[in-house]
Amino acid sequence: MPQHDYIELHQKRFGKRLDTEERARKKAARQPHEIAEKAQNLKGLKAKMFNKERFKEKALMKKQMLAHEEKDIEVNVEDVKDGAVPTYLLDREQQQQSKVLTNMLKQKRQEKAGKWDVPIAKVKQMSEGEMFQVIESGKRKQKSWKRRINKVCFVPETFTRKPPKFERYIRPTGLRFKKANVTHPELKTTFSLPLLGVKKNPQSALYTTLGVITKGTVVEVNVSELGLVTQTGKVIWSKYAQVTNNPELDGCINATLLV
Amino acid sequence: MDQTKKKIKPNQITLLPPDTRVFVTLINPYGEEAQKSLELSVNTTKEELQSILQQLVKTEEDQVYSFFHNNIELIDTLNQLIASDPEYKLENTFSLTYHPQSLFRIQPITRQTAALEGHEQPVLCVQFRTHGDVLATGSGDTTIRLWDMLTETPIATLKGHKNWVLCLAWSPDCKYIASGSHDGQVCIWDVETNSLKGQPLIGHTKWVTSIAWQPMHLDEECTLVASSSKDGSVRIWSRISLSCLISINAHQKAITKMLWGGQGHIYTASEDTTIGVWNKSGKRVQELKGHGHWVNSIALHTDYTIRCACFSEGNTEINRKQAKVLFDKMLNGKNERLVSGSDDQTLMLWEYTSSKPKVRMTGHQQQVNHVQFSPDGRYIVSASFDKSLRIWDGYNGNWIATLRGHVGSVYQVSWSSDSRYMLSASKDSTLKLWSLQKKKLAFDLPGHADEVYAVDWAPIGGEKAGSGGKDRRVKIWRH
Repeated sequence: MPQHDYIELHQKRFGKRLDTEERARKKAARQPHEIAEKAQNLKGLKAKMFNKERFKEKALMKKQMLAHEEKDIEVNVEDVKDGAVPTYLLDREQQQQSKVLTNMLKQKRQEKAGKWDVPIAKVKQMSEGEMFQVIESGKRKQKSWKRRINKVCFVPETFTRKPPKFERYIRPTGLRFKKANVTHPELKTTFSLPLLGVKKNPQSALYTTLGVITKGTVVEVNVSELGLVTQTGKVIWSKYAQVTNNPELDGCINATLLV
Repeated sequence: MDQTKKKIKPNQITLLPPDTRVFVTLINPYGEEAQKSLELSVNTTKEELQSILQQLVKTEEDQVYSFFHNNIELIDTLNQLIASDPEYKLENTFSLTYHPQSLFRIQPITRQTAALEGHEQPVLCVQFRTHGDVLATGSGDTTIRLWDMLTETPIATLKGHKNWVLCLAWSPDCKYIASGSHDGQVCIWDVETNSLKGQPLIGHTKWVTSIAWQPMHLDEECTLVASSSKDGSVRIWSRISLSCLISINAHQKAITKMLWGGQGHIYTASEDTTIGVWNKSGKRVQELKGHGHWVNSIALHTDYTIRCACFSEGNTEINRKQAKVLFDKMLNGKNERLVSGSDDQTLMLWEYTSSKPKVRMTGHQQQVNHVQFSPDGRYIVSASFDKSLRIWDGYNGNWIATLRGHVGSVYQVSWSSDSRYMLSASKDSTLKLWSLQKKKLAFDLPGHADEVYAVDWAPIGGEKAGSGGKDRRVKIWRH
């Protein structure tokens, strides 16, 4: 092994030997034979060390060969993206609208047990004291058969109060709501949709008839805004949604659409 | 005692006495007077007027006409029509506009007869062969499929494109199909052997937006086909040498639609709000400026004639002379009328001789996506994203009616060949059949599971229509 660069210095000063390329080529040609001889004849610790080195070299060689092979193969198949659209929609960013119920969704619904598989299955029981506020009436405030509802209600458009003398349940106008913020679970978008009615209040059937909306209540909302159509061509204008917040605490009704 | 009281109905029309004579002038659809005024009896019927008009205009065939006064149709006698116009006085001449009517009547489409499966991605374009016996559909799965209409089964799958097939066009002699794809390649297919001719034609740098063949009466051999692209250029290819003859750098921005008119001009509608008129050597003839936003769609009043003039009803033989004759008859000595629909919610009526529009038609509340002339050139229908279609007069652009019924944007619209019905495809997954005479919905055609992207009514050869959409199905509809 040269101890300094005297070989390079000589080559710079006087030029290389005339047969350097030839000699280098022949030396390189002898390498595989020398390596083979070593691999076949080495023994003991030297063999172990040699084998370890050789294994690493071979792994590297294989990778390089594969890389070379890949260069020869012409890459014909380009990425064909999904979501093909016709020419008039190509330059436009289309908003994702709620779609018609796909077959897959229908299958999912059939698989699920029970028709009313709702996001919030169980709701905490509410006591009457929490729901109603006793209103005393009469000349000496001794009669206490009137109740005022402390929770948010929905009253239909054609609702007229009973004569105040005979009203048992009072629904304050401040707690009456007409719209709900309904979220579509697949699209993750929220729409402000008008309410059509209360379908079922999990606390009690009495609350359903009164139109009280608490967390977990199933309400009917008007979805004509979404432009949904069934496969037979009929326009869907109402769907069920389940309330997900406590409306009397938040001041608004948040619900998820039951698709 | 029977006292019969005469009940006077509030809308009772007062008819003139039967021996009165009135002066009538007949006006042709363009608004010009055909003859000097005629003196006719008040009880002249529609048939008598037709025979008078036939003698005056000297038509060869038994052409049927319909007569209108202020857009009200003459049904029984002249008397009733006069009575409907309260401002008419006996001294003035009564103006009657006549319109030629198509002799045949197409039955409305009411039901779906086939749902053809096969495409693996949404179907993007659908076009019938002129006879209506083969349907070609291009899709996002890079293939074009040919379907036989007699048996409603597939004939062949044409593979060769490497990206979505965006547009396709049958050649005027119906022996070849040219198609353009999302990577800018144009392929010409030989339908007799169902194979690709040569190699895909490379040249465009962005996707191909529309393809148009040169009309047959200009070139009998159908050698030239033009394609327009998002890169703003129009390339004219030769079918025989499979090479690009001319590349016209038509616009700076994308070209949304291109048509090859029967007078030899190429019309290009672009996103730079102008429409260019070019001749096939690449020289610009006119630039039609007027729109304020992207021009989405253009149509010529001779569209239908160019598509099927060389075939006669029921006959598959190509009659090249007839093509020229019919085209000249459609032009009637004037220039082709062009209508364009744009993102600025208006339509405009043009003639290539002037760069200013003849009429500006407003009314839509959102982008106009597709415009189509009726096959007889009398009406224009425009489909818009505001969920409505509007019918306009094809000669002067007057608004006639609005058709409402869709619950989603209307994407495409197609006429029946007798100009009596329109079929519209919409984002709400339904197709709707509209009657022109009643100006309202005739039939509702649901069935697609997702947005309908393309619709075509067979031009000759039976009452059938085909539609394709995002649900990857091609549906055939018949009476």
